[in-house]
Amino acid sequence: MPATTIEKPVNKKQKNDLGFSKKQYLKWYKDMLIMRKIEERVGHLYIQQKFGGFCHLYIGQEALVAGTASACHKDDKHITAYRDHAHPIALGIHPKFMVAELYGKKTGMSKGKGGSMHMFSKDVNLMGGHGIVGAQIPMGAGIAFADQYKGNKAVTYCSFGDGAARQGALHETFNMAMMWKLPVVFIIENNNYAMGTSVKRTTNVEDMSEMGKSYHMPSKVVDGMSVEAVHHAIEEASERARKGDGPTLLDIRTYRYKGHSMSDPQKYRTKDEVEDYKGKDPISQVLKTIQTNKLASESEIKKIQDDVKAIVEESVVFAEESPELEAHELYEDVYTQNDYPFIKE
Amino acid sequence: MRTVQYREALREAMVEEMRKDETVFLMGEEVAEYNGAYKVSQGMLDEFGPKRVIDTPIAELGFAGIAVGAAMNGLRPIVEFMTWNFALLASDQIINSAAKMLQMSGGQYSCPIVFRGGNGPAGQLAATHSQSFESFYAHVPGLKVVTPSNPYDAKGLLKSAIRDNDPVLIMESEKMYGDKGEIPEGEYLIPIGKAEVKKKGDHITIVSFGKILKVVQEAVDVLEKEGVSCEVIDLRSVRPIDYDCLVESIKKTNRCVVVEESWPLASISGEIAFHLQRYAFDYLDAPVMRVMQADTPFAFSKVLIEEALPSVKRIIDAVKSSLYVR
Repeated sequence: MPATTIEKPVNKKQKNDLGFSKKQYLKWYKDMLIMRKIEERVGHLYIQQKFGGFCHLYIGQEALVAGTASACHKDDKHITAYRDHAHPIALGIHPKFMVAELYGKKTGMSKGKGGSMHMFSKDVNLMGGHGIVGAQIPMGAGIAFADQYKGNKAVTYCSFGDGAARQGALHETFNMAMMWKLPVVFIIENNNYAMGTSVKRTTNVEDMSEMGKSYHMPSKVVDGMSVEAVHHAIEEASERARKGDGPTLLDIRTYRYKGHSMSDPQKYRTKDEVEDYKGKDPISQVLKTIQTNKLASESEIKKIQDDVKAIVEESVVFAEESPELEAHELYEDVYTQNDYPFIKE
Repeated sequence: MRTVQYREALREAMVEEMRKDETVFLMGEEVAEYNGAYKVSQGMLDEFGPKRVIDTPIAELGFAGIAVGAAMNGLRPIVEFMTWNFALLASDQIINSAAKMLQMSGGQYSCPIVFRGGNGPAGQLAATHSQSFESFYAHVPGLKVVTPSNPYDAKGLLKSAIRDNDPVLIMESEKMYGDKGEIPEGEYLIPIGKAEVKKKGDHITIVSFGKILKVVQEAVDVLEKEGVSCEVIDLRSVRPIDYDCLVESIKKTNRCVVVEESWPLASISGEIAFHLQRYAFDYLDAPVMRVMQADTPFAFSKVLIEEALPSVKRIIDAVKSSLYVR
């Protein structure tokens, strides 16, 4: 991807030289560290076969959800793909409920009925966690449609990968979302690989922000390794949506350090490429800013790290000790109708 | 009572529910300014305006997905597909999203949505425009599938569907929109999942649903003149199926013919035959028979259409075969 197209963030509301408060930086650091450490842990647990299903890790991409969460409003809505372990954490859900969902336990975010790919929480308007690549693109526009219809000022953040951007649903949705000026922000979590296929092997147009242009949709390339850049881009796009000016396409350039899933040998990329991105790690960048600007003492930083360790540990214990579902729950949550006559043989 | 067309009955259902509930809206191709490809939504744009009667581009997957998202976020969309053939493009959103949302989210997000449109063969429209999707969608847990065969049912079932908190699919027909029938002056609802005994009889039970019931009726008129007393059941809904109604009828008549305007494999008739041999085995005096659409794509030729579709003669033959008479 051409790095020259990445725009520098513009700070409109400077609170200090950095543009963000100490509190914000410490929150970003802690939240992203929780995401990172919990996923490192669940990756190991998965290899140990403590839980089943799929396990698509977000490691490396944390700034996208952290920057979105800091820039959004409480009533805003969120929808994403199956790489969804970090979204609930960014939105304030205790990670223990996410881990319990990975374990398929009753206490999980989706009652153990969704698993890794289907994290939902009505409390924070996280509307999935969707498994069919790109299916959340029209759904995200539809969520925004409903808020526009009801006259709410809420914005929907609809995230999908660079692979999903190749689905026809994206083009159908972009067309209608622009025509109807829906309050939605389309976020390409562009980690440059659709499973094992790089962006340049699927298109002649490597700059994915170009895809908005056919629909006159304002589009922007964003540095996804910088939480500040993500925050600014999201803020600008949401302001546009809230004013009634419609959607924005953000091509947020990020990187996943791990494979597509836990069974991915990653032969499609070099170790140097992975190491190169780790040099721009979003969490290290935030920590460096904290240290350089003395936003926290070393002991305060150590305390955050210790807290994160404890939260990770608590989450795993919670998931492992939580009750399994009961057999009769098979027939619950399929229909809202309580007496739906299932065929039971 | 008053006489209305099938399309008017559908329209009355939508209009009445939209007057009552601000969250109900209609979207689809040509539903607004064109007044509906088959004039079902005629006049609705004038009454409700473009916010609630919405023309979409030809993008079935896209607008079905937008409607699903809207349903997750507090609205009650009615999505009109010009026909169910075109809705195959939207089937990912119907089957993977709408049907599964409540379970995937552990009960947090429901999907109160209606998908409706013309279904089944409708003349010389060739292979891609002539398919029946009742059993196709009836297969999917999480959905409800209703098959109104007349104007009275069309209104009552659609009103129930709009109020239902689960996704409901309505199988209509281009060949039924002009059909006339009586409906009451006042409001009425027909529950989803209950069959109707359209005619009582003693010798045989004929089970059917949707448009092909018109052909069943013609066959029954002939059979009755010949002294065969037919009980006719309109399933009205193929998910769920009102099995109790079927078993009760078979206990009385001991014979059953299912007439279905669709392909034989993985069909509603196959499911009914299974159920009856399992739960009414001792009451059956003959194998369950069926009259189906031929096991081929729908060809254009008039000769081949006649050969492919259930006919009065084939229904009569099946009934007589079941009764062991010639």
